[in-house]
Amino acid sequence: MSKEVLIRCENLWHIYPGGVVALRDINLEIYDGDIVAIIGQNGSGKTTLVKHFNGLLKPTKGKVTVMGIDTRKAAVYELARYVGYVFQNPVHQLFARTVEEELAFGPKNLGLSEDEIKRRVEEALEFFNLKEYRNVSPLSLPFPYKKLVAVASIYAMRPRVFVLDEPTTGQDHVGLRMIEDMILKLKEEGYTIVTVTHDMRLVVETAERVIVMSDGRVLADRSPREVFSDYKLMSLTNLRPPQISEFTQKLSKKVRLKGVPETALNIDEVLEPLAQYL
Amino acid sequence: MHSFEPGVAGGGELSEDIVIEVKNLTFRYPFTKEPALKNINLKIKRGEFVGILGPCGAGKTTLCLTFNGIIPNMIQGFMKGVVRVMGIDTRTTPTRELAKYIGMVFDNPEYQLSQMTVEEEVALGLGNLGVPRNEMLRRVKEALRIVGLEGLENRSPFELSGGQQQRLAIAAALAMRPSILVLDEPTSNLDPIGKQEVYYTVLKLNREENMTIIMADHEVEYMAACADRIIVMNKGEIILEGTPHEVFKCVDTLRSIGLRVPQVTELAHELRKRYNKWDDKYPILTEEAVEAVVKRLKV
Repeated sequence: MSKEVLIRCENLWHIYPGGVVALRDINLEIYDGDIVAIIGQNGSGKTTLVKHFNGLLKPTKGKVTVMGIDTRKAAVYELARYVGYVFQNPVHQLFARTVEEELAFGPKNLGLSEDEIKRRVEEALEFFNLKEYRNVSPLSLPFPYKKLVAVASIYAMRPRVFVLDEPTTGQDHVGLRMIEDMILKLKEEGYTIVTVTHDMRLVVETAERVIVMSDGRVLADRSPREVFSDYKLMSLTNLRPPQISEFTQKLSKKVRLKGVPETALNIDEVLEPLAQYL
Repeated sequence: MHSFEPGVAGGGELSEDIVIEVKNLTFRYPFTKEPALKNINLKIKRGEFVGILGPCGAGKTTLCLTFNGIIPNMIQGFMKGVVRVMGIDTRTTPTRELAKYIGMVFDNPEYQLSQMTVEEEVALGLGNLGVPRNEMLRRVKEALRIVGLEGLENRSPFELSGGQQQRLAIAAALAMRPSILVLDEPTSNLDPIGKQEVYYTVLKLNREENMTIIMADHEVEYMAACADRIIVMNKGEIILEGTPHEVFKCVDTLRSIGLRVPQVTELAHELRKRYNKWDDKYPILTEEAVEAVVKRLKV
């Protein structure tokens, strides 16, 4: 049985005014429950691509459909019901006086009843552990919490898909951990998540499918392990797998140890098999 | 071979190897209760590459701002203790004077860039110092060559990639001929290529020009490869200090304040803790870890 297609790009081209070709003939589908990471250097077209997922940008050529709706024929607020977009810098998104008001804004725009709005705000506060900050200005919160509020305000709208644009940029290690946990929690609830990121650790910790972009094209659309074990692809795009992957790759060139993956994605995969040889 | 000469040392009451000395430094911002820095003692030697690690709010930026006198001369607060740069007390020296010795690079390159062209951006600080035109052109050319931006002289800084912008910010600092470069999370907003470019450029300045580097950042794998010494800060204090090997060995301490260590270090640590299969010599670099494992294999 095939999974439901939530977003479909068909022969998608995007050319910015001035002639810069940002996307070249993209064909892909985002399925229900997908946890996708889009990686590639700046300027490779990642953000331009995901901005088509909720109609923030419209195709120059080709077609994008969200839940079967042609994005050219729908307003951004209509698509926001299905696809929630979290900007890279939470400061660009937050504006309300309190966290509570911030979270109520989306549901209000959806035209929900007072009771339903209240319920959604409470659920979002609970889910993101933000209860103690409900009456605080979101802009006064520490940086990782600003990000949580930005995602929570989208959560309150209950979209099918979360698009997270570089969610870990500028975060310290504590912030990284918080964001990883948040994505895993959303995944558990069955949401579809598309993350644009430079953080390869985040990719292996959260994603099941990796789309590699370069120069406006999709170069690969595979599992994290397949992508990180493709040396050619990595050097072509100047991307580096996490250190643990590089370590097992180099180790396997020197000595074959049965059970130790050639491209490990995390430390736990390596520990037990390696321990028996030591 | 290298026409690049670092600034001439002033003062001279310190041993000439020490370029920065911080003594019993406590600093508290106005309207806050807790000091941002608590009794910091630190000596930095000429030609050292010092990495500063710590979670957000640990005091890294505040410490960096004391090195060029922005604290306490421009950002005022309650300060106790002394910071000496090239033997000069920062409290009694104008920041523009200290700018001759210390170049600063911040996390968001866009905030530091203001000019119409790359060339003008690099020349800006020199104009402010009153450097004559011929000398100015020479220094601009040299600085752009060092960071690998030659050929882009007439481009707008805002058309550059993030990595290029950050290298431009470094060039602008270099044109002032500082002997010390202080970088505060310079790679936080960059893509993987940009991070690599910045580390490569800074490491080259350190190794080839013997420039003193002080860099706060979160990229532990790069820090492990580049730094001579790492300082770990938490809640305004220095809690660990030593070579990358010495510091990253303290996995549990670092974890307790939310910091990561290189993954190969974590691997050795877990092999030891969970399986009792590793000694106390933890690798920090990939190649080093491969060799260490091969050496320890039971045949």
